[in-house]
Amino acid sequence: MATLNINGSPREVDASPDMPLLWAIRDVAGLPGTKYGCGVGLCGACTVHVNGKAERSCQLTVGDVEGAKITTIEGLDPKGDHRVQAAWRELNVPQCGFCQAGQIMQAASLLAENPKPTDEEILEAMAGNVCRCGCYQRIVAAVRLASTGS
Amino acid sequence: MLHFLKDLEIARPVIAAICVEKLSRRAFLGGSAFAIGAFAAARADAFPRWPTGGEAMPHGLVDDPLVFVSIAPDGTVTLVAHRSEMGTGSRTSLPMVMADEMEADWSRVKIVQAEGDEEKYGNQDTDGSRSLRHHIQTARRIGGAVRHMIREAAAKEWGVPSSEVKVEMHAAHHGGKSLGFGDLAAKAMAEPVPAHDDVAYKTEAEFRYIGKGQVQITDLRDITTGHAVYGADVSLPGMKYAVIARPPVVGGKVKSLDKTAAMAIPGVESVHELAGSIPPAKFAPLGGVAVVASNTWAAIQGRDALVIEWEDGPHAGYDSAAFMAEMKATAEQPGAVLRKQGDPEAAFAGAAKVFSQTYTQDHMAHIPMEPPVALASVTAAGCEIWAPVQSPMATRTDCAEALGLDPSKVKVNVTLLGGGFGRKSKADFAAEAALLSKAVGAPVRVQWTREDDVRHSFYHTTSAERISVALDASNKVVGWRHNSVAPSILSTFAPDSGHQFFIETGMGHVDMPFDIPNVLAENGAAMAHTRIGWFRAVSNIPRAWAIGSFVSELAAELGKDERAMWLELIGAGRTVDPKAEGYPDDFWDYGEPYAEFPIETGRLAHVLNVAADGIGYGKTLPAGEGIGLAVHRSFVSYVACAARVKVVDGRITVPEMHMAIDCGFAANPERIESQMQGAAVMGMTVAMHSSITFEKGRVVQSNFTDYDVVRADNFPMNVVTHIVPHPFSVHSTGVGEPGVPPVSPAIANALFHATGQRRRSLPFGMDA
Repeated sequence: MATLNINGSPREVDASPDMPLLWAIRDVAGLPGTKYGCGVGLCGACTVHVNGKAERSCQLTVGDVEGAKITTIEGLDPKGDHRVQAAWRELNVPQCGFCQAGQIMQAASLLAENPKPTDEEILEAMAGNVCRCGCYQRIVAAVRLASTGS
Repeated sequence: MLHFLKDLEIARPVIAAICVEKLSRRAFLGGSAFAIGAFAAARADAFPRWPTGGEAMPHGLVDDPLVFVSIAPDGTVTLVAHRSEMGTGSRTSLPMVMADEMEADWSRVKIVQAEGDEEKYGNQDTDGSRSLRHHIQTARRIGGAVRHMIREAAAKEWGVPSSEVKVEMHAAHHGGKSLGFGDLAAKAMAEPVPAHDDVAYKTEAEFRYIGKGQVQITDLRDITTGHAVYGADVSLPGMKYAVIARPPVVGGKVKSLDKTAAMAIPGVESVHELAGSIPPAKFAPLGGVAVVASNTWAAIQGRDALVIEWEDGPHAGYDSAAFMAEMKATAEQPGAVLRKQGDPEAAFAGAAKVFSQTYTQDHMAHIPMEPPVALASVTAAGCEIWAPVQSPMATRTDCAEALGLDPSKVKVNVTLLGGGFGRKSKADFAAEAALLSKAVGAPVRVQWTREDDVRHSFYHTTSAERISVALDASNKVVGWRHNSVAPSILSTFAPDSGHQFFIETGMGHVDMPFDIPNVLAENGAAMAHTRIGWFRAVSNIPRAWAIGSFVSELAAELGKDERAMWLELIGAGRTVDPKAEGYPDDFWDYGEPYAEFPIETGRLAHVLNVAADGIGYGKTLPAGEGIGLAVHRSFVSYVACAARVKVVDGRITVPEMHMAIDCGFAANPERIESQMQGAAVMGMTVAMHSSITFEKGRVVQSNFTDYDVVRADNFPMNVVTHIVPHPFSVHSTGVGEPGVPPVSPAIANALFHATGQRRRSLPFGMDA
């Protein structure tokens, strides 16, 4: 048993300390919005916030994050209306949508740290999040929209 | 796309071609028998329906509004989406067409996903860029019929002639009176369903959503808040988690197994051997050893701890590099003749000059972001499945077959697909879940890891395409020879003849549309040594790659302008007469009745010009930059790509790309644009990264570590989509796939113009 603080509330999870956080979130805590895409930290589908910063949940273990504040896509905003989520909807960004939770978590973390990123900074920050459908043009535009309002 | 093939009983390779040909006539050409009755009696405002290949697909088309539409007393309109959503937007666009023709308020429309039941819904095989192409007419008809029924019900309610009732924005109106859809629901849905010709359809000027592109995709809010449900997001009480070790070589099986260490992993509950399949395996699971556990992580660890000795079988010698060399040599020899127009032998014998090149492509895996996954619950009552599948009906019959059940005992619920690209047409992963659920007596979710996905796919074929032209003394092309060599998809379904079949050869090979008097299309033999499947755009990728690169090379060879070379080869606009141009009898035209969807070269030239003009073709560029062009017809659509390449620090970048598409009437331009943007990215990935290689029968690559894709730091940064406008009468054609083929040759041609470097192998990497 471990205690994880996910989306503002502590939860007892029946998971060994070496279980990747991704599987603890999905299979044990029952929050399926965070996705499995590669398991090796190269696609970004499993991105969550740990103490406000984007992290690949497949590359952290339960033991690594006990006591930390974990935020998943389900907890990014109480109403689901974070400015990044709103920008995503305004531009109809997704195609299949599977990677989008990770993309949104990555973008929200970027803008929290750097509210007005340059285009280059956006591209660099988002390069770890794969979209096989190829929504990058709209992803970049949505990050810009969330940042600048245009 | 090819599910009908799995029902073929092909006992001997010698009859394979004949069976397929017969099947093609029945399944595809049969579509031309579609009768449209009583044009003369139709209302002037009923749109004339045209036949499509949809009627001849398994279970055809269903256009009964009572199957697809229900209206609740509160006015909520529920529409059934019977096609799988994998990112193309069909779960939005088809209901949107219904809603518009019905005059429903889109904000009051709810979408529910159909389970796999083609007898009820008609064909559900979401593949081949067919959703809008086959179903746009039925969607209009369904919506129009419901609006008609609402109007009739309202007229009776008010005791007025129905011709005086107007249905608009979720209500019926007469004089100052209005009744909402909810008020009329019960009575309207009990009205007789009108015939197509009795419905007063909207004029195109009256469309509210169709052709506009302002509608948000159906699942947008759920996707952006983490509540959208994909294959791995359904859980059942008591569910177990399984991960499978599959034979590393196709057709291999377990020789010995030691599960001691796996069983010692906390959470691991049981280990099961799964029978393998004997090629041609169709969509049967590969077999192997499954580890069932209380969570995914335990199952992964358990699988890693298995000690398995494999017996590899006959494909253990597959070495894709050596195989490529063989295919290139084969392509230089004469092959089986598929199309012969004029007298190509004489044209080449009498040529002033012959120019030839060979273009190759490695195998590819689809790697949708969501790796294959499925949940099955087998009980005494039957089997229920939740899975991200492109063909829920095939999933149902395949799982029924695996379990020895009647298909009526299998229910398939379709979740959202986290990408498909053809991989999820093959529901081997659902059959695995069904077999394991039966074995353990509990619901089981089978999760493929990314390594499983990369190593056990149904791979895009590998190919060598050799093109030669005969030139006369004035450098005019008078002869064309194209030998296409590639293992066939058919090998997955029938004993391998080494030859491609009409679906593959009809993808840019025998239907090469240039205006050249002497043409020879040949197919040299190549045997399959892995499971060959279809990947978004299928054989069009290597064909467009070869032809598109060759046109640019020929232009350079002859000192001509690339765009002028394309236009010279395409020639004056003509409607191709396949018979007169020597096309084979089994030319399939994507399953469409040819008279309705002919090859029109004027449309091909037009999209080329639109893309070229869009990017400013011919303008002076800085050193290290170049513009390349390519155009290709596939899935009965015409798409051109104009790419601008800029070499930055030795790396190929694509700062600008113009995609011009003629897909007939554009029902949802916004999703067409998103498909073109996506095709640009996938096409660039095909160009730079996608290589699956085999050594000793085993796939070398494993994950994004060595099978990478284009990412946000280097993608076609500014894709401008041009959609050729058409009225509804110009038949809607495919969108999901046809954007991909022209992209890689356009990039390669641009690279040539930027640097002088010519690439002839896909992928060609990121470095200039």
